[in-house]
Amino acid sequence: MPPLVSIHDLRVAFNGVQVLRGIDVSLQKGEALGLVGESGSGKSVTWLAALGLLPRHAQVTGSVRLDGREILGAPAAELDQVRGGRVAMIFQDPASALNPVLTVRRQLCEALVLHRDLSGDALKAEARRLLDLVGIPDAARRLEAYPHEFSGGQVQRIMIAMALAGNPDLLVADEPTTALDATIQAQILELLSTVRREMGMAMVLISHDLGVVAENCDRVAVMYAGRIVEEARSNQLFADPVHPYAQGLIGALPPLDGPRRRLTAIPGTVPDPANMPSGCAFAPRCALATEPCGLAAPSLAPIAEDRSVACIRAEASRRALLGVAAE
Amino acid sequence: MSAPLVEVAAISRSYAMRSGMFGRSTAVHAVDGVSLMIPRGETLGLVGESGSGKSTTGRIVLGLEPPDSGEVRFDGKSMAAPATVSWRVQRARMQMIFQDPLGALDRRLPVAAQIREPLDIHGLGTPAEREARVRELLRAVELTPAHGARYPGALSGGQRQRIVLARALATKPDFLVCDEPVSALDVSIQAQVVNLLADLQAQLSLTLLFISHDLRVVRQISNVVAVMYLGRIVEIGSADDLFARPEHPYTQALVSASPAPGRRSAGRIVLAGDPPNPAARPGGCAFHPRCPRAIARCASEVPMLSAVGGNRQVACHLVTGPQVQRKDAA
Amino acid sequence: MGRYFAIRIGRAALTIVLVVTFAFVVLRLSGDPALMILGPEAPPEVLAAFRKAWGLDDPIWFQYLDYFGAIAKGELGRSMRDGRPAIELVLERIPATLALTLPAFAFKVALGIPAGIYAALHRGSAIDRAVMIAAVAGFTVPSFVLALLLVLVFAVQLGWLPSGGQESWRHAILPIATLGLGGAAVLARFTRSAMLEVLGQPYIRTASAKGVPWRKVVTSHALPNAAIPTVTILGFMVGTLIAGAVVVESVFAWPGVGRLLVVAVANRDLAVVQCILLLVALTMVTSNLIVDFLYGFLDPRLRAKGAHA
Repeated sequence: MPPLVSIHDLRVAFNGVQVLRGIDVSLQKGEALGLVGESGSGKSVTWLAALGLLPRHAQVTGSVRLDGREILGAPAAELDQVRGGRVAMIFQDPASALNPVLTVRRQLCEALVLHRDLSGDALKAEARRLLDLVGIPDAARRLEAYPHEFSGGQVQRIMIAMALAGNPDLLVADEPTTALDATIQAQILELLSTVRREMGMAMVLISHDLGVVAENCDRVAVMYAGRIVEEARSNQLFADPVHPYAQGLIGALPPLDGPRRRLTAIPGTVPDPANMPSGCAFAPRCALATEPCGLAAPSLAPIAEDRSVACIRAEASRRALLGVAAE
Repeated sequence: MSAPLVEVAAISRSYAMRSGMFGRSTAVHAVDGVSLMIPRGETLGLVGESGSGKSTTGRIVLGLEPPDSGEVRFDGKSMAAPATVSWRVQRARMQMIFQDPLGALDRRLPVAAQIREPLDIHGLGTPAEREARVRELLRAVELTPAHGARYPGALSGGQRQRIVLARALATKPDFLVCDEPVSALDVSIQAQVVNLLADLQAQLSLTLLFISHDLRVVRQISNVVAVMYLGRIVEIGSADDLFARPEHPYTQALVSASPAPGRRSAGRIVLAGDPPNPAARPGGCAFHPRCPRAIARCASEVPMLSAVGGNRQVACHLVTGPQVQRKDAA
Repeated sequence: MGRYFAIRIGRAALTIVLVVTFAFVVLRLSGDPALMILGPEAPPEVLAAFRKAWGLDDPIWFQYLDYFGAIAKGELGRSMRDGRPAIELVLERIPATLALTLPAFAFKVALGIPAGIYAALHRGSAIDRAVMIAAVAGFTVPSFVLALLLVLVFAVQLGWLPSGGQESWRHAILPIATLGLGGAAVLARFTRSAMLEVLGQPYIRTASAKGVPWRKVVTSHALPNAAIPTVTILGFMVGTLIAGAVVVESVFAWPGVGRLLVVAVANRDLAVVQCILLLVALTMVTSNLIVDFLYGFLDPRLRAKGAHA
């Protein structure tokens, strides 16, 4: 099956500083892909760049195909059809994600007019239906309210309603619950999974929270310093991470049950994008790094079906495996 | 067991919230009858969502805010009135660290000077001894003197939090209140700081009040955990046991809402309703409008925190109600 | 909403009382008006008579209350120079001032706001840099320097325009240009920074992510938000319509309120000075009220606060 979205060698630089250093990732129709990584790893930039939402001074190269059609550098009019229509996006900060001076109705209807060509009573009815769908009580009246009259969780529901307005094939959710309390986060994640199931929509869930991604995604890509370092089915990744960074991330997460153990902290800090180490970007923090790690950056290579890792140790073991198989 | 270092006895604190110049003021009960006990060298974790009163509790325990009623006792003595000499002596033995290390540091001073500041203020040691102490503190938080010469802006988030920690430890406090100390940090850095905190606690036999919304981090570092909801403690118990077998429906929902790698969300308890608003606290059990198991009694009668075996206490009619007790008796 | 305005109107009234008090105190205490008007050689009995006639030998608080009483009745006193009602002297100068300040205001708005918006939307471009340099120049060069520069170029060197006076519309061009250029620079800077601030907000990205075309993102999402801070500076400019041209009127010998003020202060013509100050305070306070009203109109968050208050 041809992928819904395929990103190839996507690179982004701000003022000559590379922050995204060659991303390859693809997504099937209806699939949920998680993107995890720490701040500065480029997980948000990937999708902002793919949708042409980065500021003008960002230099973006590579290829982003939606149903086989190149959208990177597409004319503005075509991108405006994709954004909100084929691919919708929701963001982290509920307090400032909606325009404070416009009513919810205006902001919701704006999307409906753009992508669904509705007007008059049909428009109003659809706006009400969407608010109902995302669980805002008393939708007809609440449509006339302004964003500040809603709680953070409710604003995120409205953002989801707006994202659904164009019947998108893909929803990119960028840290959608990070600013919310635990019980509200659970509500929003449940809502996302319900609407995704009902609408057969694919989802990219960007989060720093491994647990959130593990529970809500089929497949997970772990990002570090502007690259994907490991990609696998989520149950595989969390049960048996291969890349030392992925292992480190999972080891750094305190367990909620079972015996307590000392956390395996990753030493050091994320490298400065303007000052990338040569070779593997993780090598300076990697307990398993050897001399060759500093020479060339390993590329993301498949080590099994549905599983790729960018680590020369993984590559070596794979070559060894292949060598054995050839003999 | 020796006497607890910190005893909090039924503290309450409410604020008058006025809307506008002539608006009618409503009392917001930020903290309502909270009692806690922290034995020497141990950590009490305080969890809850925004509006639960956990940070206010921390500030009252430190004496940064007076309670309306109730009392905080430190090392057997009740907290002195703020700005008195005995208060300052007490306060030098208790320190705190916050979520935002950049906000807690002065951007225009090298960080070593900021670590030194409490030593200067309290007049501890000769200038040479203070210098040596600063180097020792930097080493203790696993930084070098070179880091000390930098300005806060030139350090990473994790390094800044280490500086804040070093400064808090300068006066050799016995008690440290940590309010969301690692919430702003990335997972790998968070683990570094949590490990460091645990090591320092063991070395210096520090007593900690650890406030966080993150159940995992709280469990990792705490001996006992108290769960707060709208200004009250709804459940308290030993960390491992509490998270393994939460009794209060709210604790159950919190634990269930905490996503875990390798576990799919089947059977998750998703609470209905908005986050609680301290300005409009429901009557009876404050949690009852969102509680999936609430009964009529919950709306009318405030459940008291009562022991249910082990060192667990729960404030819930369903757990401590007569039917449950009958079952225990049978 | 009603309370929001009640509070603001109350504040406005208080401001006016304070301004009147301030003017009264400063001017009465800074010197003896009788001596100023009549000169130090005047015989003492003439001075005494003058003081009695103007109530200057009453206790100061009595004069103060008297003054408030008079204002309440709409009597703003008479000029000590020629005995005409001060209000009349001031009012007859207003058209001349407005003839300068109103076109200048239009000029500021028409030039400053679009320039600021354009610069923000094309941040870092050559035009943005040109606007910013012009704005900083307009911001920092005092208006009398700008006025003299314009006179030097257009009146002295080129001889296209007169350098002073009020004979024809051509005489108004240089004063209007002086006032307008400086104001446009200020406005361009404010509009630019307000726009840049708004364009960096997450809701702008939300709108783009919805597929709203950029032109519409700017007009229906960015501009209404950027208007809120811009209204503040516009309100301030409206407040200076009456007395904002003191320097320019003096340089160009334009017989407006500003020049009247300069002359009245020099002569310690209390009634006239106080009358002008009161008028200025009134326009300032009124423009502030308009700004507050516009805030309420532009920003629903303030409206809500007002409704609860």
